[in-house]
Amino acid sequence: MSKSRTIYDKIWDDHLVNTNDDGTSLIYIDRHLVHEVTSPQAFEGLRMTKRKVRCPEKTLAVVDHNVPTTDRKNGIEDEESRIQVEALEKNCKEFGVEYFNELDIRQGIVHVVGPEQGFTLPGTTIMCGDSHTSTHGAFGALAMGIGTSEVEHILATQTLIQRKAKNFRVNVGGTAPDGVTAKDIILSIIGEIGAGGGTGSVIEYTGKAISDLSMEGRMTVCNMSIEGGARAGLIGPDEKTFSYIKDRPRSPKGDDFDRAVDYWNALNSDKDAYFDRDVYLDAAALPPVVTWGTSPEDVVSINGEVPDPEGIDDEIRKETKKSALEYMDLKPGTKIKDIELDVIFIGSCTNGRIEDLREVAKVVEGHHVNENLNAMIVPGSGLVKEQAINEGLDKIFMAAGFEWREPGCSMCLAMNPDKLLPGQRCASTSNRNFEGRQGFRGRTHLVSPAMAAAAAIAGRFVDVRDFVK
Amino acid sequence: MEKFKNITAVAAPLPEVNVDTDKIIPKQYLKTIERTGLGKGLFSELRYNDDGTENKDFVLNKSQYKNAKILVAGDNFGCGSSREHAPWALLDYGIKVVISTSFADIFYNNCFKNGMLPIVLDEKEVSLLMEETERGSNATLTVDLESQEITTSDGNKINFKIDKFLKHCLLNGLDDIALTLEKNSEIGSYEDKIKSQRPWL
Ligand code: SF4
Repeated sequence: MSKSRTIYDKIWDDHLVNTNDDGTSLIYIDRHLVHEVTSPQAFEGLRMTKRKVRCPEKTLAVVDHNVPTTDRKNGIEDEESRIQVEALEKNCKEFGVEYFNELDIRQGIVHVVGPEQGFTLPGTTIMCGDSHTSTHGAFGALAMGIGTSEVEHILATQTLIQRKAKNFRVNVGGTAPDGVTAKDIILSIIGEIGAGGGTGSVIEYTGKAISDLSMEGRMTVCNMSIEGGARAGLIGPDEKTFSYIKDRPRSPKGDDFDRAVDYWNALNSDKDAYFDRDVYLDAAALPPVVTWGTSPEDVVSINGEVPDPEGIDDEIRKETKKSALEYMDLKPGTKIKDIELDVIFIGSCTNGRIEDLREVAKVVEGHHVNENLNAMIVPGSGLVKEQAINEGLDKIFMAAGFEWREPGCSMCLAMNPDKLLPGQRCASTSNRNFEGRQGFRGRTHLVSPAMAAAAAIAGRFVDVRDFVK
Repeated sequence: MEKFKNITAVAAPLPEVNVDTDKIIPKQYLKTIERTGLGKGLFSELRYNDDGTENKDFVLNKSQYKNAKILVAGDNFGCGSSREHAPWALLDYGIKVVISTSFADIFYNNCFKNGMLPIVLDEKEVSLLMEETERGSNATLTVDLESQEITTSDGNKINFKIDKFLKHCLLNGLDDIALTLEKNSEIGSYEDKIKSQRPWL
């Protein structure tokens, strides 16, 4: 019966606790990440039903969404944010879960912290009450975002009730040209398949352009799987994966590590494994891209123009895209390079890692942020920040006129004080350009760190490839 | 969890694709540590004007849709953030059923944990119901979960599909944690097995 299987099939099979006649399965969860926004009601549920956390040691909690990115030694000013942060601290203490608070150097965005700590491992099931949990798929893990009821379910049982998703392969062949990054690859994929294109599926990213990526780049790609609607996104593990993991605080050590590598190697999809759907993209043909609308599927080349929704057949879609243009205050036919910006945000679980910061430093060194805009860099974690300082990147950023902040989610979702003002236009390295996402009536264009950096200098969008020359 | 059996109510149209959960419940409402009281924040950036008054143009503020308990929406409803605050807000406002051609997976799942019913229909059926909703309070829909049937005010019927397990849980208001805890010994044996097979975990 041993048929050819995908990596998703293999991880699924290895985590089945039981399958019911109706096809629903109970799967075991190896790793559970928790943050302050989606967990208080789950812990409260446990208290009300007098249940315990089944495996506190398989759970790791960190604050990220609410924390200010300015000096926080004196606590959090916003009362509601402070209450939520304190609730997490109290819940972790009560239920015995390890917790990184806002003053811990290991603190950061949950999806930056997991891999950094070696908590994220290939072949594991990793869940978090956060849709960008797909990030961890970069390690060949099955990583999914869940709601708060499911957070409670995992806390109480270390399992989830699921149905198996479909296998969807996105093969990105060729070599990405200079200036075309992981962010451009994933945005182009979403532009191709649409914001709901991956619904019901787990995407496996394959191909030369994917294996060429660093672990950071792979995380960027997997991170945005959810913006294509996928249940999860993953990439088969290889030497790069193993060397990233080795010697992290929570990764396996000694013989355990070698045994684990054998197991991890065997996880890769079999050659003739079946995929329900296949999409191919040629990385060599991709340009740096920018989003023009209010869905991550609204992707256009830096050398292109704002499209005209009139050509769309479907009435509802046409009207949605027209109102997106109105929201964004853009006219069809406007050249992307003519769009002027007010704010630059560099950070988030998509692009707040050390490699992203290095890319930015490369572009901005010796230049100055345009006088008409504010530009901010928010490292993904305390450890990313420390490393950037060790490499001297902070000096480059500050000399160029960037604000250099404390780690957290920050203006990716603007739950803390970092917000766009109504009408402000932002080039952001985050993952969502939804209405109001970065602040009430704020306008977001998603781009790569290099493109955001170049835009910061120019005050409008430019092709980073011309810029660096 | 509350049981869901059937409902007869006004349905409101939301003819928009990719309605994301940031739009359903913006982040300023996520700072709560409770599940209740989120109805006031539902679609708040569309529902209210800058001075806090109601935006008369937004569908749920129109008198004929004030009592809507059903939403008929465009494709990929509930995309984006995993926040369960989205179904909590809909439910707290009074919406118990959402009908669309597709839902984002996490939102879809979250509905069932809260006694709400998301229904997937094909494009033709959704546009038919969308037209039906234009008749406002004169057009109620009846949704019956047991028979998996939607009936329009004119007596037209549309069948819908639903996973057997999810239907069972919704009809009986079952708590899945309690169901899973019945399998405690199977979970225990799984844990013993991985301790020897994958000791690094
Ligand atoms: S950085 Fe943004 S997308 Fe990532 S976890 Fe934080 S809020 Fe969510």
